[in-house]
Amino acid sequence: METVLFILFGAIAVCGAIMVVTRKHPMASALYLILTLFAVAALFVLRQAHFLAAIQVIIYAGAVVVLFIFVIMLINVPEDRLPVERATTMRVLGVLAAGFFILESAVLARRFWMPIGPVAEVGTVEAVGRALFTDYLLAFEITSVLLLAAVIGAIALAKRKI
Amino acid sequence: MTGPLFDITVAVARIAVFFAFCFGLVVVMTWVERKGAAYIQDRRGPNRADIFGIRAWGLFHPLADALKFLFKEDFIPDNAHRLFYQMAPMFSLAPAILGIAVIPFGPDVTVMGRTVALQIADLNVGILYLFAVSGMTVYGVVLGGWASGSKYPLLGGLRSSAQMLSYEVSMGLSLIGIFMVFESVRMSQIVAGQGGLLFGVVPKWGVLVQPLGFILFLVAQYAEANRTPFDMPESESELVAGYHTEYASFKFSMFMMAEYLHMVVGAAVVATLFFGGWQFPYLGDAGFLFPGGFAVAMPPALVLLLRIGAFVAKVLFFAWLYVWVRWTVPRFRYDQVMRLGWKVMLPLSLLNIFVTGLTLLLLKK
Repeated sequence: METVLFILFGAIAVCGAIMVVTRKHPMASALYLILTLFAVAALFVLRQAHFLAAIQVIIYAGAVVVLFIFVIMLINVPEDRLPVERATTMRVLGVLAAGFFILESAVLARRFWMPIGPVAEVGTVEAVGRALFTDYLLAFEITSVLLLAAVIGAIALAKRKI
Repeated sequence: MTGPLFDITVAVARIAVFFAFCFGLVVVMTWVERKGAAYIQDRRGPNRADIFGIRAWGLFHPLADALKFLFKEDFIPDNAHRLFYQMAPMFSLAPAILGIAVIPFGPDVTVMGRTVALQIADLNVGILYLFAVSGMTVYGVVLGGWASGSKYPLLGGLRSSAQMLSYEVSMGLSLIGIFMVFESVRMSQIVAGQGGLLFGVVPKWGVLVQPLGFILFLVAQYAEANRTPFDMPESESELVAGYHTEYASFKFSMFMMAEYLHMVVGAAVVATLFFGGWQFPYLGDAGFLFPGGFAVAMPPALVLLLRIGAFVAKVLFFAWLYVWVRWTVPRFRYDQVMRLGWKVMLPLSLLNIFVTGLTLLLLKK
């Protein structure tokens, strides 16, 4: 059952990702991106990482892609004016090579580093919260300072006069 | 029945009953909305539709509406982006109903020797799931506004994306206090935590331990559901009908259903998080137990009925509150909405987290 679901959601994620880069219209790309993000969230759930799955949907599907769509709406390029990207031989070969590279590294990673089977109780809200505020507290705090700096930087760049 | 068959039956039954409850309430709410408007603003509400001369206070109006929506022409404007235009109502309706999946309708019951939770899914991530689902609702509005290929819907869509993102922040932060008090994000545990008594006198409901959190969450939820006073995306007086100006027929009714589903699911969430969910005040597993030591024994079936009834009553009240607020409070200006979201709600929700944390720390010592 788990294998079937894994193959299903994995296929959706990969197909969605391919559609994101091949669609002509940016809005279609954005919607396929949401699909891919959802499929990846489902993969997280299969690995018992519930918290990560929820956060993935909240942050990426719920906020980041909304901003993408916001930009697409504001720029609103008419359909006949959209730039056309040609699929040259070099580009196709590049994509194929990248695909092989990803596949091989996945096989290697699976053989050497990845633990087999889900590790119990590591992806729940409680477990993630405890790890975040004990073992990784320093990293957590540094990240939050970094994000604060990014927020202030964005405001400073966007608004000359505050 | 055997194990897997029983599980599947229970799962399907739960989904069917809870979805039917929501959609049924949606139908009733469309009637309540117009009746409520009539009573509050002293005018006549829906009172004409009748079946064989029976008017029943206009209760047949939702039925007449549904038929009318079905038979209207399904029109697609020339300028619209056909595919996205048709997808938008679906994007609007689907996330609106999904939230109900984590709401507990009652305590665990025993059916044929098996424990069955009256909740579709008791997720470990609980409320985070609700946030994830409510984050999706913005797509229907944005897509509808953009794909209509017209100016007013585009403005409505832009407004809604900014508004929903802004209020999602304070909505999330306003609930942190609840997590801290009840030490869980799991819905069933939050409801169980509200079964106790505060100072041995009043029920320990979320609204009593988190009054500021309750107000902030309620306001943020109204903004998320695009209801007056926050109905910026459609505001009739400025944008005709905002993001669904170009929609007609059943597509429009899907947007309408999504709005009412937001009300129903939102009411269920408020009732669950801040008003004890299915907890009936002073009602224990064996019957009433009042603070003075006065007890009334009751059979388990009656207790269960009272608890489910308490939940439904709370949901009905908060659904009515949406109507009440809509016809009482005038619409904000757009800049006022944004200022309220970022300069009032956000600092207050951060303050709420700080005060809650401090109080819990002092109480523990």
